[in-house]
Amino acid sequence: MNGVHDMGGMHGMGPIRHEPNEPTFHEPWEGRVYALSRVLRTRGGIWNLDASRHGLEVLPPIDYLRMSYYERWLAWLLKTVVAAGDVTPAEIESGSPAIGSPRKSALVTAEAVPSMVDRRASARRDVAVTPRFKPGARVRARNLHPTGHTRIPRYVRAKHGVVVLDRGVFLFPDTNAHLLGEKPQHVYSVRFAARELWGEQASPRDFVHLDMWDDSLEPV
Amino acid sequence: MLESRESSRLGLPAQQDHVSQAIPSDVTLRVKALESLLVDKGLVDRAALDRIVDTFETKIGPRNGARVVARAWIDRDYMKRLLTDASTAIEELGFHRYQGEDIVALENTPKIHNLVVCTLCSCYPWPLLGLPPVWYKSAPYRSRAVIDPRGVLKEFGLDIAPDVEVRVWDSTAEIRYIVLPERPAGSEHLNEDALAALVTRDAMIGTAKVTFDVRKESA
Repeated sequence: MNGVHDMGGMHGMGPIRHEPNEPTFHEPWEGRVYALSRVLRTRGGIWNLDASRHGLEVLPPIDYLRMSYYERWLAWLLKTVVAAGDVTPAEIESGSPAIGSPRKSALVTAEAVPSMVDRRASARRDVAVTPRFKPGARVRARNLHPTGHTRIPRYVRAKHGVVVLDRGVFLFPDTNAHLLGEKPQHVYSVRFAARELWGEQASPRDFVHLDMWDDSLEPV
Repeated sequence: MLESRESSRLGLPAQQDHVSQAIPSDVTLRVKALESLLVDKGLVDRAALDRIVDTFETKIGPRNGARVVARAWIDRDYMKRLLTDASTAIEELGFHRYQGEDIVALENTPKIHNLVVCTLCSCYPWPLLGLPPVWYKSAPYRSRAVIDPRGVLKEFGLDIAPDVEVRVWDSTAEIRYIVLPERPAGSEHLNEDALAALVTRDAMIGTAKVTFDVRKESA
Protein backbone atom coordinates (compact mmCIF):
# COMPACT_ATOMS: atom_id res chain seq x y z
CA MET A 1 0.00 0.00 0.00
CA ASN A 2 1.13 3.54 -0.64
CA GLY A 3 1.29 4.26 3.08
CA VAL A 4 3.16 6.74 5.19
CA HIS A 5 5.40 3.90 6.43
CA ASP A 6 7.01 3.91 2.96
CA MET A 7 9.28 6.82 3.83
CA GLY A 8 12.28 6.47 1.56
CA GLY A 9 12.94 9.82 -0.13
CA MET A 10 10.45 11.92 1.87
CA HIS A 11 11.46 15.36 3.07
CA GLY A 12 10.64 17.39 6.16
CA MET A 13 10.98 14.73 8.84
CA GLY A 14 13.52 16.78 10.80
CA PRO A 15 16.99 16.04 12.14
CA ILE A 16 18.15 12.62 13.26
CA ARG A 17 18.15 12.50 17.06
CA HIS A 18 21.05 10.36 18.13
CA GLU A 19 20.85 9.46 21.81
CA PRO A 20 24.12 8.49 23.51
CA ASN A 21 24.02 5.31 25.60
CA GLU A 22 20.47 4.58 24.59
CA PRO A 23 18.75 1.87 26.68
CA THR A 24 17.15 -1.13 24.98
CA PHE A 25 13.77 0.01 26.27
CA HIS A 26 13.12 3.57 27.45
CA GLU A 27 10.28 2.52 29.74
CA PRO A 28 9.31 -0.87 31.17
CA TRP A 29 6.06 -0.97 29.15
CA GLU A 30 8.05 -0.98 25.90
CA GLY A 31 9.79 -4.19 26.91
CA ARG A 32 6.44 -5.76 27.85
CA VAL A 33 4.97 -4.84 24.46
CA TYR A 34 7.99 -6.28 22.68
CA ALA A 35 7.86 -9.50 24.72
CA LEU A 36 4.09 -9.90 24.30
CA SER A 37 4.51 -9.52 20.55
CA ARG A 38 7.24 -12.14 20.41
CA VAL A 39 5.13 -14.62 22.36
CA LEU A 40 1.91 -14.05 20.40
CA ARG A 41 3.71 -14.11 17.06
CA THR A 42 4.87 -17.70 17.62
CA ARG A 43 1.44 -18.80 16.40
CA GLY A 44 1.81 -17.67 12.80
CA GLY A 45 -1.37 -17.06 10.78
CA ILE A 46 -2.56 -13.51 11.32
CA TRP A 47 0.42 -13.17 13.69
CA ASN A 48 3.00 -13.96 11.02
CA LEU A 49 5.82 -11.46 10.50
CA ASP A 50 4.46 -10.08 7.23
CA ALA A 51 0.92 -9.77 8.57
CA SER A 52 2.24 -7.98 11.65
CA ARG A 53 4.21 -5.53 9.51
CA HIS A 54 1.06 -4.87 7.52
CA GLY A 55 -0.83 -4.39 10.77
CA LEU A 56 1.41 -1.40 11.49
CA GLU A 57 1.14 -0.04 7.95
CA VAL A 58 -2.64 0.16 8.12
CA LEU A 59 -2.64 2.38 11.21
CA PRO A 60 -4.12 5.74 10.19
CA PRO A 61 -1.20 7.82 8.83
CA ILE A 62 -1.69 10.60 11.35
CA ASP A 63 -1.47 8.06 14.19
CA TYR A 64 1.52 6.30 12.63
CA LEU A 65 3.47 9.56 12.57
CA ARG A 66 2.33 10.73 16.00
CA MET A 67 2.99 7.45 17.83
CA SER A 68 6.33 6.24 19.12
CA TYR A 69 7.59 2.91 17.78
CA TYR A 70 6.22 0.74 20.60
CA GLU A 71 2.97 2.70 20.76
CA ARG A 72 2.40 1.46 17.19
CA TRP A 73 3.11 -2.10 18.30
CA LEU A 74 0.66 -1.71 21.17
CA ALA A 75 -2.07 -0.46 18.82
CA TRP A 76 -1.42 -3.43 16.53
CA LEU A 77 -1.43 -5.87 19.49
CA LEU A 78 -4.74 -4.60 20.83
CA LYS A 79 -6.34 -4.92 17.41
CA THR A 80 -4.89 -8.35 16.69
CA VAL A 81 -5.74 -10.07 19.99
CA VAL A 82 -9.36 -9.20 19.25
CA ALA A 83 -9.15 -10.23 15.59
CA ALA A 84 -7.54 -13.55 16.63
CA GLY A 85 -10.43 -14.20 18.99
CA ASP A 86 -8.15 -14.31 22.03
CA VAL A 87 -10.03 -11.60 23.88
CA THR A 88 -13.17 -9.57 23.34
CA PRO A 89 -13.33 -5.76 23.27
CA ALA A 90 -15.38 -6.00 26.48
CA GLU A 91 -12.59 -7.92 28.19
CA ILE A 92 -10.04 -5.28 27.15
CA GLU A 93 -12.39 -2.66 28.54
CA SER A 94 -12.88 -4.47 31.89
CA GLY A 95 -9.33 -5.86 32.13
CA SER A 96 -10.46 -9.34 33.18
CA PRO A 97 -11.64 -12.49 31.40
CA ALA A 98 -15.38 -12.85 30.87
CA ILE A 99 -16.99 -15.27 33.32
CA GLY A 100 -16.83 -18.80 31.94
CA SER A 101 -14.27 -18.01 29.22
CA PRO A 102 -12.03 -21.04 28.62
CA ARG A 103 -8.53 -21.05 30.09
CA LYS A 104 -5.83 -21.58 27.47
CA SER A 105 -2.34 -22.97 27.79
CA ALA A 106 0.68 -20.68 27.66
CA LEU A 107 2.12 -20.18 24.18
CA VAL A 108 5.68 -19.88 25.45
CA THR A 109 6.88 -20.89 28.89
CA ALA A 110 9.85 -19.22 30.58
CA GLU A 111 11.87 -22.40 30.00
CA ALA A 112 11.12 -22.22 26.26
CA VAL A 113 12.33 -18.61 25.85
CA PRO A 114 15.98 -19.40 25.04
CA SER A 115 14.99 -21.81 22.28
CA MET A 116 12.40 -19.33 20.99
CA VAL A 117 15.07 -16.61 20.81
CA ASP A 118 17.54 -19.00 19.14
CA ARG A 119 14.96 -20.48 16.82
CA ARG A 120 15.91 -20.46 13.17
CA ALA A 121 12.83 -18.99 11.58
CA SER A 122 14.12 -18.14 8.16
CA ALA A 123 11.78 -17.00 5.43
CA ARG A 124 14.02 -19.00 3.09
CA ARG A 125 12.25 -21.95 1.46
CA ASP A 126 13.95 -25.11 0.34
CA VAL A 127 11.97 -25.60 -2.86
CA ALA A 128 13.12 -25.74 -6.46
CA VAL A 129 11.92 -22.62 -8.29
CA THR A 130 13.42 -21.48 -11.57
CA PRO A 131 14.93 -18.00 -11.26
CA ARG A 132 13.70 -15.53 -13.87
CA PHE A 133 16.92 -13.49 -13.75
CA LYS A 134 20.63 -14.10 -13.62
CA PRO A 135 23.29 -11.92 -12.02
CA GLY A 136 24.15 -9.14 -14.45
CA ALA A 137 20.61 -8.92 -15.84
CA ARG A 138 19.19 -5.44 -16.46
CA VAL A 139 15.81 -5.20 -14.77
CA ARG A 140 13.04 -2.74 -14.04
CA ALA A 141 11.17 -2.64 -10.74
CA ARG A 142 7.53 -3.15 -11.66
CA ASN A 143 5.33 -0.10 -11.38
CA LEU A 144 2.83 -1.72 -9.04
CA HIS A 145 0.64 0.05 -6.50
CA PRO A 146 -1.09 -2.73 -4.57
CA THR A 147 -3.47 -1.67 -1.81
CA GLY A 148 -2.21 -4.54 0.37
CA HIS A 149 1.21 -5.32 1.78
CA THR A 150 4.25 -4.99 -0.44
CA ARG A 151 7.99 -4.66 0.06
CA ILE A 152 8.64 -2.64 -3.09
CA PRO A 153 9.20 0.91 -1.84
CA ARG A 154 7.62 3.63 -3.96
CA TYR A 155 10.94 5.28 -4.69
CA VAL A 156 12.17 2.31 -6.71
CA ARG A 157 9.09 1.55 -8.80
CA ALA A 158 9.61 1.76 -12.58
CA LYS A 159 13.35 2.37 -12.03
CA HIS A 160 16.06 0.46 -13.81
CA GLY A 161 18.69 -1.55 -11.98
CA VAL A 162 21.04 -4.50 -12.30
CA VAL A 163 20.73 -7.88 -10.59
CA VAL A 164 23.92 -8.38 -8.58
CA LEU A 165 23.21 -11.61 -6.72
CA ASP A 166 20.58 -14.31 -6.45
CA ARG A 167 19.89 -14.67 -2.72
CA GLY A 168 17.88 -17.87 -3.10
CA VAL A 169 14.23 -18.74 -2.65
CA PHE A 170 12.11 -16.97 -0.03
CA LEU A 171 8.42 -16.72 0.74
CA PHE A 172 6.63 -13.74 -0.79
CA PRO A 173 5.41 -11.20 1.82
CA ASP A 174 2.83 -9.67 -0.52
CA THR A 175 0.76 -12.87 -0.36
CA ASN A 176 1.92 -14.22 3.00
CA ALA A 177 0.81 -11.05 4.82
CA HIS A 178 -2.74 -11.70 3.66
CA LEU A 179 -2.63 -15.47 4.31
CA LEU A 180 -2.80 -16.10 0.55
CA GLY A 181 0.04 -18.57 0.52
CA GLU A 182 3.82 -18.34 0.65
CA LYS A 183 4.39 -18.25 -3.12
CA PRO A 184 8.13 -18.99 -2.75
CA GLN A 185 10.35 -17.31 -5.32
CA HIS A 186 13.86 -16.02 -5.88
CA VAL A 187 15.04 -12.87 -4.16
CA TYR A 188 17.80 -10.83 -5.77
CA SER A 189 20.09 -8.10 -4.61
CA VAL A 190 19.38 -5.36 -7.16
CA ARG A 191 21.64 -2.35 -7.56
CA PHE A 192 20.19 1.02 -8.53
CA ALA A 193 22.26 4.08 -9.34
CA ALA A 194 21.36 6.95 -7.04
CA ARG A 195 20.98 9.14 -10.16
CA GLU A 196 18.42 6.71 -11.62
CA LEU A 197 16.39 7.04 -8.41
CA TRP A 198 16.86 10.71 -7.57
CA GLY A 199 18.14 12.47 -10.68
CA GLU A 200 21.05 14.83 -11.15
CA GLN A 201 21.10 16.00 -7.53
CA ALA A 202 22.48 12.60 -6.47
CA SER A 203 26.15 11.73 -6.48
CA PRO A 204 27.17 9.77 -9.58
CA ARG A 205 29.16 7.51 -7.27
CA ASP A 206 26.27 6.42 -5.05
CA PHE A 207 24.09 3.34 -5.30
CA VAL A 208 21.13 1.88 -3.44
CA HIS A 209 20.82 -1.90 -3.14
CA LEU A 210 17.42 -3.48 -2.53
CA ASP A 211 16.37 -7.09 -2.10
CA MET A 212 13.62 -7.77 -4.58
CA TRP A 213 11.43 -10.75 -5.43
CA ASP A 214 10.93 -12.25 -8.89
CA ASP A 215 7.35 -10.93 -8.97
CA SER A 216 8.60 -7.38 -8.34
CA LEU A 217 10.88 -7.26 -11.38
CA GLU A 218 10.60 -7.30 -15.14
CA PRO A 219 13.29 -7.70 -17.78
CA VAL A 220 14.53 -4.65 -19.65
CA MET B 1 3.11 11.66 29.71
CA LEU B 2 1.62 14.17 27.33
CA GLU B 3 4.98 15.86 27.13
CA SER B 4 6.81 12.64 26.34
CA ARG B 5 4.12 11.69 23.83
CA GLU B 6 4.69 15.00 22.11
CA SER B 7 8.39 14.39 21.91
CA SER B 8 7.70 10.91 20.60
CA ARG B 9 6.25 12.41 17.45
CA LEU B 10 7.97 11.09 14.38
CA GLY B 11 9.54 8.46 16.59
CA LEU B 12 11.98 10.88 18.15
CA PRO B 13 13.45 9.76 21.45
CA ALA B 14 11.51 11.15 24.34
CA GLN B 15 14.07 12.67 26.65
CA GLN B 16 11.40 13.42 29.24
CA ASP B 17 10.65 9.71 29.52
CA HIS B 18 13.49 9.38 31.99
CA VAL B 19 11.85 11.69 34.52
CA SER B 20 10.40 9.48 37.20
CA GLN B 21 6.67 9.74 37.46
CA ALA B 22 4.60 9.25 40.57
CA ILE B 23 1.48 8.53 38.56
CA PRO B 24 1.77 5.72 36.00
CA SER B 25 1.21 6.95 32.47
CA ASP B 26 -1.84 6.00 30.47
CA VAL B 27 0.18 3.75 28.18
CA THR B 28 1.78 1.96 31.15
CA LEU B 29 -1.67 1.18 32.52
CA ARG B 30 -2.96 0.00 29.16
CA VAL B 31 -0.04 -2.39 28.69
CA LYS B 32 -0.37 -3.68 32.27
CA ALA B 33 -4.09 -4.32 31.70
CA LEU B 34 -3.45 -6.18 28.44
CA GLU B 35 -0.69 -8.28 29.98
CA SER B 36 -2.84 -9.18 33.02
CA LEU B 37 -5.75 -10.12 30.81
CA LEU B 38 -3.63 -12.45 28.65
CA VAL B 39 -2.00 -13.96 31.75
CA ASP B 40 -5.41 -14.52 33.35
CA LYS B 41 -6.56 -16.20 30.16
CA GLY B 42 -3.61 -18.55 30.42
CA LEU B 43 -2.17 -17.57 27.01
CA VAL B 44 0.82 -15.74 28.36
CA ASP B 45 3.32 -16.76 31.02
CA ARG B 46 4.52 -13.66 32.87
CA ALA B 47 7.91 -15.26 33.62
CA ALA B 48 8.42 -15.80 29.90
CA LEU B 49 7.92 -12.09 29.27
CA ASP B 50 10.45 -11.27 32.01
CA ARG B 51 12.94 -13.58 30.41
CA ILE B 52 12.50 -12.11 26.92
CA VAL B 53 12.99 -8.57 28.22
CA ASP B 54 16.06 -9.65 30.18
CA THR B 55 17.54 -11.42 27.16
CA PHE B 56 17.37 -8.30 25.03
CA GLU B 57 18.45 -5.96 27.82
CA THR B 58 21.44 -7.96 29.00
CA LYS B 59 22.44 -10.73 26.60
CA ILE B 60 21.88 -9.69 22.99
CA GLY B 61 23.43 -6.45 21.83
CA PRO B 62 26.16 -4.82 19.75
CA ARG B 63 28.88 -6.57 21.74
CA ASN B 64 27.95 -9.70 19.77
CA GLY B 65 28.54 -7.97 16.45
CA ALA B 66 31.75 -6.43 17.75
CA ARG B 67 33.12 -9.91 18.44
CA VAL B 68 32.40 -10.92 14.86
CA VAL B 69 34.14 -7.81 13.52
CA ALA B 70 37.19 -8.26 15.77
CA ARG B 71 37.53 -11.90 14.74
CA ALA B 72 37.39 -10.90 11.08
CA TRP B 73 40.11 -8.31 11.63
CA ILE B 74 42.57 -10.75 13.17
CA ASP B 75 41.74 -13.84 11.12
CA ARG B 76 41.88 -13.40 7.34
CA ASP B 77 40.24 -16.77 6.66
CA TYR B 78 37.39 -15.94 9.01
CA MET B 79 36.93 -12.63 7.24
CA LYS B 80 36.68 -14.45 3.92
CA ARG B 81 34.03 -16.80 5.33
CA LEU B 82 32.17 -13.85 6.86
CA LEU B 83 32.05 -12.02 3.54
CA THR B 84 30.95 -15.07 1.54
CA ASP B 85 28.58 -16.78 4.01
CA ALA B 86 28.03 -14.63 7.08
CA SER B 87 25.20 -16.73 8.52
CA THR B 88 27.54 -19.71 8.87
CA ALA B 89 30.45 -17.56 10.00
CA ILE B 90 28.49 -15.96 12.84
CA GLU B 91 27.30 -19.40 13.91
CA GLU B 92 30.95 -20.32 14.51
CA LEU B 93 30.85 -17.72 17.28
CA GLY B 94 27.52 -18.99 18.58
CA PHE B 95 25.12 -16.42 17.08
CA HIS B 96 22.19 -17.78 15.10
CA ARG B 97 19.07 -16.25 16.47
CA TYR B 98 15.79 -14.99 15.11
CA GLN B 99 16.25 -12.25 12.50
CA GLY B 100 19.81 -13.46 11.98
CA GLU B 101 19.06 -16.38 9.69
CA ASP B 102 20.24 -14.71 6.53
CA ILE B 103 22.99 -12.31 7.45
CA VAL B 104 25.18 -10.55 4.90
CA ALA B 105 28.35 -8.73 5.92
CA LEU B 106 29.32 -5.63 3.91
CA GLU B 107 32.97 -4.69 3.82
CA ASN B 108 33.92 -1.03 4.08
CA THR B 109 37.08 -0.17 2.18
CA PRO B 110 38.93 3.08 1.38
CA LYS B 111 36.80 3.24 -1.81
CA ILE B 112 33.40 1.94 -0.61
CA HIS B 113 31.29 3.03 2.34
CA ASN B 114 28.23 0.92 3.20
CA LEU B 115 25.17 2.22 5.05
CA VAL B 116 22.22 0.10 6.23
CA VAL B 117 18.62 1.27 6.55
CA CYS B 118 15.08 -0.13 6.53
CA THR B 119 12.91 2.49 4.87
CA LEU B 120 9.70 0.45 5.27
CA CYS B 121 9.91 -0.56 8.92
CA SER B 122 12.77 -1.42 11.29
CA CYS B 123 14.61 -4.52 9.97
CA TYR B 124 17.88 -4.97 11.81
CA PRO B 125 20.27 -7.86 12.59
CA TRP B 126 18.96 -8.58 16.11
CA PRO B 127 21.38 -11.40 17.08
CA LEU B 128 24.42 -9.26 16.30
CA LEU B 129 23.30 -5.76 17.27
CA GLY B 130 20.32 -6.28 19.58
CA LEU B 131 17.17 -4.19 19.06
CA PRO B 132 17.61 -1.05 16.95
CA PRO B 133 18.00 2.41 18.48
CA VAL B 134 15.09 4.84 18.19
CA TRP B 135 16.80 6.96 15.52
CA TYR B 136 17.21 3.94 13.23
CA LYS B 137 13.44 3.29 13.37
CA SER B 138 12.48 6.92 13.07
CA ALA B 139 11.18 8.93 10.12
CA PRO B 140 14.19 11.27 9.75
CA TYR B 141 16.67 8.43 9.19
CA ARG B 142 14.36 6.15 7.20
CA SER B 143 13.34 8.96 4.84
CA ARG B 144 16.77 10.44 4.16
CA ALA B 145 19.25 7.56 4.23
CA VAL B 146 18.34 6.57 0.65
CA ILE B 147 17.99 10.02 -0.93
CA ASP B 148 20.75 11.88 0.91
CA PRO B 149 23.15 9.36 2.45
CA ARG B 150 26.07 11.78 2.42
CA GLY B 151 24.01 14.39 4.25
CA VAL B 152 22.94 11.80 6.82
CA LEU B 153 26.53 10.67 7.31
CA LYS B 154 27.61 14.29 7.75
CA GLU B 155 25.03 14.62 10.53
CA PHE B 156 26.75 11.67 12.19
CA GLY B 157 30.07 13.47 11.80
CA LEU B 158 31.33 11.50 8.80
CA ASP B 159 32.58 13.35 5.75
CA ILE B 160 32.78 10.90 2.88
CA ALA B 161 35.18 11.97 0.11
CA PRO B 162 33.51 12.55 -3.29
CA ASP B 163 35.52 9.75 -4.91
CA VAL B 164 34.29 7.16 -2.38
CA GLU B 165 31.24 5.12 -3.45
CA VAL B 166 28.39 5.20 -0.95
CA ARG B 167 26.31 2.01 -1.02
CA VAL B 168 23.01 2.17 0.80
CA TRP B 169 21.35 -1.15 1.65
CA ASP B 170 17.59 -0.93 2.09
CA SER B 171 16.53 -4.03 4.06
CA THR B 172 13.41 -4.79 2.03
CA ALA B 173 13.51 -8.60 2.40
CA GLU B 174 14.63 -11.00 5.15
CA ILE B 175 18.34 -10.48 4.50
CA ARG B 176 19.94 -8.68 7.44
CA TYR B 177 23.03 -6.55 6.98
CA ILE B 178 26.00 -5.79 9.16
CA VAL B 179 28.80 -3.49 8.07
CA LEU B 180 32.34 -4.73 8.53
CA PRO B 181 34.12 -1.46 9.29
CA GLU B 182 37.71 -0.72 8.34
CA ARG B 183 40.23 -1.63 11.01
CA PRO B 184 41.59 1.65 12.38
CA ALA B 185 45.16 2.67 11.77
CA GLY B 186 47.51 2.12 14.71
CA SER B 187 45.54 -0.86 16.05
CA GLU B 188 47.86 -3.52 14.62
CA HIS B 189 49.17 -4.58 18.04
CA LEU B 190 45.77 -4.93 19.73
CA ASN B 191 44.36 -8.35 20.54
CA GLU B 192 40.86 -9.57 19.69
CA ASP B 193 39.23 -8.36 22.92
CA ALA B 194 40.81 -4.93 22.69
CA LEU B 195 39.71 -4.64 19.08
CA ALA B 196 36.15 -5.72 19.92
CA ALA B 197 36.02 -2.96 22.53
CA LEU B 198 36.66 -0.36 19.81
CA VAL B 199 33.77 -1.48 17.58
CA THR B 200 30.58 0.55 18.04
CA ARG B 201 27.01 -0.23 17.07
CA ASP B 202 26.94 2.74 14.70
CA ALA B 203 30.07 1.49 12.91
CA MET B 204 28.23 -1.77 12.17
CA ILE B 205 25.23 0.17 10.78
CA GLY B 206 27.57 2.33 8.72
CA THR B 207 26.92 5.68 10.40
CA ALA B 208 30.36 5.77 12.05
CA LYS B 209 33.90 4.62 11.50
CA VAL B 210 35.92 2.77 14.11
CA THR B 211 38.57 5.03 15.57
CA PHE B 212 41.59 4.32 17.71
CA ASP B 213 43.41 7.05 19.57
CA VAL B 214 47.04 5.95 19.87
CA ARG B 215 47.91 8.97 22.05
CA LYS B 216 45.12 8.18 24.48
CA GLU B 217 46.43 4.64 24.83
CA SER B 218 49.97 5.69 25.61
CA ALA B 219 48.80 8.40 28.02
